[in-house]
This record gives sequence, structure tokens and C-alpha cells, in this order.
Amino acid sequence: MGRKLLLEHINVPGINTYDVYRSKGGYTAVEKAMKTLTPEEIVEEVKKSGLRGRGGAGFPTGMKWSFLAKPEGVARYLVCNADESEPGTFKDRYLMTYIPHLLIEGMIVASFALGANTSYIYVRGEMMPQIRILERAIAEAKNAGFLGKNILGTGYDLELYVQPGGGAYICGEETALLESLEGKRGNPRIKPPFPAIAGLYGCPTVVNNVESIAAVVPIINDGGDEYAKLGIGRSTGTKLISAGGNLKKPGVYEIDLGLPVEEFLYSDEYCGGIANGKRLKAVVAGGSSVPILPANLFMKTINNEPRLMSYESLADGGFVSGTMMGSGGFIAYDEDQCIVRNTWNFARFYSHESCGQCSPCREGTGWMEKVLHRLENGHGKMSDMDLLVDVSKKIEGNTICPLGDAAAWPVASAIRHFRDEFEWHVTNAATAVRRNYGIAHYADPLIIAEKAG
Amino acid sequence: MLKVEHTHEPVEFSEALVGLIADKIIRYPEGKQKSALLPVMHDVQAEFGWLSVPAMDKVAEYLKIEPIEVYEVASFYTMYFLRPQGKFVLEVCRTSPCCLVGAEKIMDHLEQKLGVKEGEVTADGLFSWRGVECLAACGFGPVLQIGPEYTFYENLTNESVDQLISDLTAKANN
Repeated sequence: MGRKLLLEHINVPGINTYDVYRSKGGYTAVEKAMKTLTPEEIVEEVKKSGLRGRGGAGFPTGMKWSFLAKPEGVARYLVCNADESEPGTFKDRYLMTYIPHLLIEGMIVASFALGANTSYIYVRGEMMPQIRILERAIAEAKNAGFLGKNILGTGYDLELYVQPGGGAYICGEETALLESLEGKRGNPRIKPPFPAIAGLYGCPTVVNNVESIAAVVPIINDGGDEYAKLGIGRSTGTKLISAGGNLKKPGVYEIDLGLPVEEFLYSDEYCGGIANGKRLKAVVAGGSSVPILPANLFMKTINNEPRLMSYESLADGGFVSGTMMGSGGFIAYDEDQCIVRNTWNFARFYSHESCGQCSPCREGTGWMEKVLHRLENGHGKMSDMDLLVDVSKKIEGNTICPLGDAAAWPVASAIRHFRDEFEWHVTNAATAVRRNYGIAHYADPLIIAEKAG
Repeated sequence: MLKVEHTHEPVEFSEALVGLIADKIIRYPEGKQKSALLPVMHDVQAEFGWLSVPAMDKVAEYLKIEPIEVYEVASFYTMYFLRPQGKFVLEVCRTSPCCLVGAEKIMDHLEQKLGVKEGEVTADGLFSWRGVECLAACGFGPVLQIGPEYTFYENLTNESVDQLISDLTAKANN
């Protein structure tokens, strides 16, 4: 069983309150950081930890921090991205609901390290209950002297505010989030300049995911080197995985990076296998944007090595036979699920959430949705699959922000790996509207062997 | 969806609402009060149930911005209602992970139970419903939320939806 760094105390009654959180060693990272470390030393510890952005991009957090411009007399900002909207992902909601002080503590340490005196937590508007929880936690922390003026007598001031969004997936993209925080439509900005140079109100800004900020707490408590000992290779530390879909035990799990996917999926400590005794057909490993893989390719790489829950192993094989870690939104599909319907559902999602700024995304996502809708409803043509791939290729890489790529990849990967199922929807249109294609040859060979034995 | 309901009925902001607005504005640097727009629109919607044009104009006044700056933002985000809704708006997640565990059946059931199509309001003015995109609760689907508190209901079944509707009806009639 892996070590829990973030969720160690998640089951302690009252851990959402300051007193209980404090009694379990809470806020020691703030004390250690402010009394014994300089801001530069904190950034150095985070660099040493190898922590990679947990929101999806996987960019090294310490590196991101070190890019922050520090011109004299200009305010700097830390903004926490709690706009969690990637289908399949619900770890940040969980963390904010049950252990809000972990995020607050991380925000204080990170703000101190970056020299920010005002920081914001941008929470998606639908999470009003979590916003209330965070605001209460902030008031408690302020009352205890960890926020406000002259924190711990160091002369450092910090105000922390929670900002609700308005319901838009695009605001999870960091520059769209900053636009939204400035009270505007969530249209992503052209980069460069990057937020580290010109972010919120044109000032140097760091935007980090909830889980990344929370991970700073154990990194400061135990040291970056200790954190880096967990995990495998360049995938250091632990990761929260949101497990959903047709699983026996869906939920949020903290795993050591490098855990074999087979153990994660089938052991009772984690997902406990597929619900209702069914077989696994496909997996989306890191949120809806990453390529979907049939079970057999997910369990083992093309070189027949067992796949691991790490940034590198999940990406093994590139987009030909691999996928991505993404945000850790893990969706399992059982043998009864229809890949065409699922792909249509995702395409509709991206079409709905496209901000409309770039033509390839605005038009392309809607086009893909229409084509997939007709395929799913028995009106498809054999040429539709090539059409979809063509449209997806023309979106990919041709937009200001990654939403275009995120919309293109699920469609392209579904056709790459499940083309026969798409074709079956055309050749057997009348049947396809009544029943699903089934598992065909996608099943995990390990499980077939087990059943045969 | 984005059709604006035209009404010239003037609105008055209560003292409590004005207090909420003042509390939001101080969170940002001087001159950046436009940042309060999204939170303030949530507060206004919580009070009136939707955002009428006169209400949005008033928001613009309080934040010292042009009315168009309010309209363009209100129409961009999905949470702001630009026309009147039922007292309770049931928003069901319709994205794939929830569909894997039965969200589409829940929406069919809601439509049948309430007797209105998506986006319409029941005759008694109590309910409207709609499908919304991923609510970040994929492990507990199907899910729905009800504003303005955005209370969450997880692992829905037809029975739990029926119970919820009768509880809300009783609550409204008391």
C-alpha cells in the first residue's frame, strides 16, 4: 500500500475544521517555510521534488515558479485553478470538500514563496458548497494568524479570496481563467506573453491546480528529496486519481505514481474491478481529452510490458498505441458501452464548451458532433470516419488554446482503435440503434486467460 | 438558449444584496472592481431567480462598467439565466461518465415526471430542468444540482428523483 501524502487524514472526523487539522500537524509547513526557509529555498525544494502540474499538462511546478518575473514595485499573484471541469475528473472537488485546510496551507506557502500578497482560488461556479467550505476555512486560518497582516510575526501579509466561475469548461485554461477573474468572457489569450510575465491585471502571475498546491505541503514538511523518492523516474510523488465509469468501487484514490494499472483496476484496495461482473472494454486514463484505449492496449504496451500509472508509461507508444496521464480522470467502459455514442457525447461536450474564438475549433467541434450524431443514429456513411479524422486533424494545433486538441484527440483515437465498431454502425444501421457492438477483440487478454483457466 | 426575455420592470436591490456587492468589490485592487462581475451576478441571480436586463443594468451601475460588459459575460457562461426559470432548476449532468451509469434514463424520467421538456417551466412555476455538462462528480453519478445553493444529489435513481421532487414540492407549499 502506497504512502498517503494528501489524503492521510481524510477519514479523521472533523478534519475539515481548523482545530482538528492543526492537531494532525496542519500548518507546520507554513511555520517551517516562513521561519526557516527563504522564498528561493522553497522554490528550490519544489524543483527538487520533481512535482509536475496535476491539472493535466504535467509541466514541472518548480520550473513554472522560477519563471515568475519579479519587477520592482509590481504586484505578483498566485491563482489556484479549481475550475475542475474535465469530464472524468473530480479529485479537486473531493479534496476541497473534505480537507480544505490542506489547500489553504499550500496556498500560504506558495504565495510566500512567490511573493504574492493577494491570492485567489478560482473555483467553478457550480461548486458553491465547496466555495462556502473554503471561505469558512479561510476565516478560521485568518483567526489563527496564518492569513492577514504580519503572518507569524514575519512581516509578510497575505489575503486569500475565493472567486466563483460562471460555468465554462474553457476557464480551466489558465489564460481564460485570468480573463474570467478579471470579469470578462473566458476567451483564452495568445501566448506569449505567458502569465509569469503578464497575467492577472497584466502582472506576473502563477496559476496552479488545486492538487499541485496541496502537494507543496508534504514537499515542504518532508523535503523535496523525500517526495522525489516516491514514484518512478520523472513521475515523482503521489497522484490523486478520480476513478469513475463502470467500476465496482468508483472514487478518489491517492496512488504512488508507477502503480501497475492492473493493480489499480482490479485490486480491492483500489477500483476492485469492473462492476456487475462484466469485462473491461476500454479506458480513458486521464480525463476526456486524452486518447481512449481499448482494454488490451491499456493493460499492456505495444511491447507487451505491463502498463503503469505514470506519465511516461501511459504515454508509451505515443498516440499510436498510448495515451496520457492528463488530470487523472480515469473512466472505465464495460463490454456493454458503445464507443460511437461515447465519442458523440464527448464531441458534443467540446462543441458546447468551445469559446468560439478560433474558427477551426468553433466550426470543427460542431461538425464532428453532427457527423457522430448521425453515425450513432443510423444515418452514417462509410466516408464519415475519414471525414472525422480529417476534421480533427484540421483542428489540432490550429487554435490559440489546447481545447481544440482536446476535442480532436478523443475522436481521432476512437476511430484509430475502434474503426470496426464505427463501420458496423454504418453497415448494420438498423441493428446499431437497438443494441451495442459488444466487446469484440478489445478485451484485456489477461482477463480472458483467467476466465478460460 | 440565449434568448433574452425583454422586460422593463424596474428592479430594486435589497440592502443585503448591496452589502454582498460591497463585500465582493473590496477583494480586488483599486480600479479592478469589474472582477466582481461573476460573483455579483451569482448574488443577483440568487435574489431574483434570473438576470433581467434591468437587473444587469443595475449591476453595471454598481460596478461602474458599461451594460454591454455585463450582457456579454452573462451570455457567455452557462450558469446565468437570461429568462425566468422554475423556482427549482434541476440540472442533471449529461456528460459521458454519468451516462455510463444511467444519466440519460434519469433525464427521460424527469421529463416524464414533470411533464415539461428541457428548459420549460412546469405550470405551477415550481420546476424546470436541463442537462448540463460535467459537474466533476463522475464517481457518484448520475448527479444533479439545484441552485442557488447548488445542493448536490448523487447516485440518482428514479425513486430518489421522485422523492426529491415531492420533498421540494412540500417545501414550496409550506
